[in-house]
Amino acid sequence: MTPTQQLTKGFWKENPIFVIGLGLCPTLAVSSSLANAVGMGIAATFVLIGSNMMISLLRSIIPSKIRIPVFIVIIATFVTIIDKLIAAYSPTLSASLGIFIPLIVVNCIILGRAEAFANKNTVFDSLLDAIGMGIGFTIALCCIAFFRELLGEGKLFGHAIPFFKNDPALIMIMAPGGFIIFGLLIALKRLMAVKGGN
Amino acid sequence: MGAELIAIFIVAVFIENVVLSQILGLCPFIGVSNKIDSAVGMGLAVIFVLLMASVVTWSVQNFILMPLQLDYLQTISFILVIASLVQFVEMVVRKVAPALYQSLGVFLPLITTNCAVLGISLINIKKGYNLVEATVNAGGAGLGFFFALLIMAGIRERLDISEIPENMKGAPIAFVTAGLLATAFMGFSGLV
Repeated sequence: MTPTQQLTKGFWKENPIFVIGLGLCPTLAVSSSLANAVGMGIAATFVLIGSNMMISLLRSIIPSKIRIPVFIVIIATFVTIIDKLIAAYSPTLSASLGIFIPLIVVNCIILGRAEAFANKNTVFDSLLDAIGMGIGFTIALCCIAFFRELLGEGKLFGHAIPFFKNDPALIMIMAPGGFIIFGLLIALKRLMAVKGGN
Repeated sequence: MGAELIAIFIVAVFIENVVLSQILGLCPFIGVSNKIDSAVGMGLAVIFVLLMASVVTWSVQNFILMPLQLDYLQTISFILVIASLVQFVEMVVRKVAPALYQSLGVFLPLITTNCAVLGISLINIKKGYNLVEATVNAGGAGLGFFFALLIMAGIRERLDISEIPENMKGAPIAFVTAGLLATAFMGFSGLV
C-alpha cells in the first residue's frame, strides 16, 4: 500500500464509523452540533496519533500477553492530556462534550487501530493510519452533525440558515434524532456502495 | 433521604435511561440485541458489573485520589480498576458459580469496553453523590440498560421475519427502531 492509500483509506473506503461500525457512543452523543463534532474529531484524532505512534514505537518491547492493558494505559494517558488541554483552552467545548472526553478511552476505534494496525506496522505507517482514521471519524461526525443541527436548530456552526430556522424539529438534536439520522445515513452509504459497484 | 433515593433510581431507570437518553453503551445495545436470551444474559452481567464498579471507583476517587490530590489520574485509574474488576469477577464467577458462568461468562469480557460502566462511574463523581446514592444510581442505570436491551431484542426478533428494504437490513433499521424507542422514553420526562 502506498503512503497516500494508507492515509486516505480511512476517509471513506474503510471509514471507522460508517463501514467498520466502531466508536458509536461518542458519535451519536456529541453530533448534535457541528462545533461539538469538530471538537470531538480533533480530540480523538490527537489521541489516535499519540497512541498509534507510541504503540508502534514500543511494539517490540510490549509482551504480547499483557498488550491490551498496556495499550489502555497509553491511550488513557493521551486522553488525560487532551482532556486537560481542552479544559484549559476551551472551557465551553469542555463543558458541552462533558464526560465524552474521558470516554475516548473506551472508544473502540482507538484500541481497534492499536491492536489491528499500530501493533504490526512501522511508526510512519501508523502515523498515516492514525491521521486517516481520525479524519474519517471527523468526517462521519460532521455528516451526522450537519443534518442534526440543520434540522434540529435551523443552524450550521451556530449561524441561522434561512427557511430551516423557522420551524426547527427540536427532536433531531436530542437522542432520538441521533439514532434515526445515523440509521438513515448508514442505509444511504450502503445504497451508494451498491450503485457504485454496478 | 428515602424519597431522594427513589427519585434518583427512577430518574436513572426511565428519564435519563443510560442507552436511550444518555447514549452510553451502544455497542452491546446494538450488538447483543438479536435474541432475547443473550439480551437477558448481557443485561444481568451489566447490572452486576455496574454496581461493583461504581462502589469501587467511588472508593478510589474519595479515599485515594482526593486525599492525595491525584485527580488528574481519574481516567487512567478508573479504566484500570474497571478492567481488572471485570477480570476478577469473571474468575470468581467461574470458580464459585459455574452455572451462572455458563450464562454470563461470554458477556463479561465485553463489558470492559462498555462505555456505560466508565460513564456512570464518572457521572457519579461529577454529580457529587455519596456512596449510597452512587450505588442506587448505578443499579438504576443497570436496570434501565436491561429494560432497553430487552425491549429492543423483542422488537428485533419480530423485525427478522418482516420485509425490510435491502439497504435498511441489520444496523440501519436497528438504529431507526432505537430512535423511535428513545422518542417513547422521552414521554417519561415529566415523571419526577
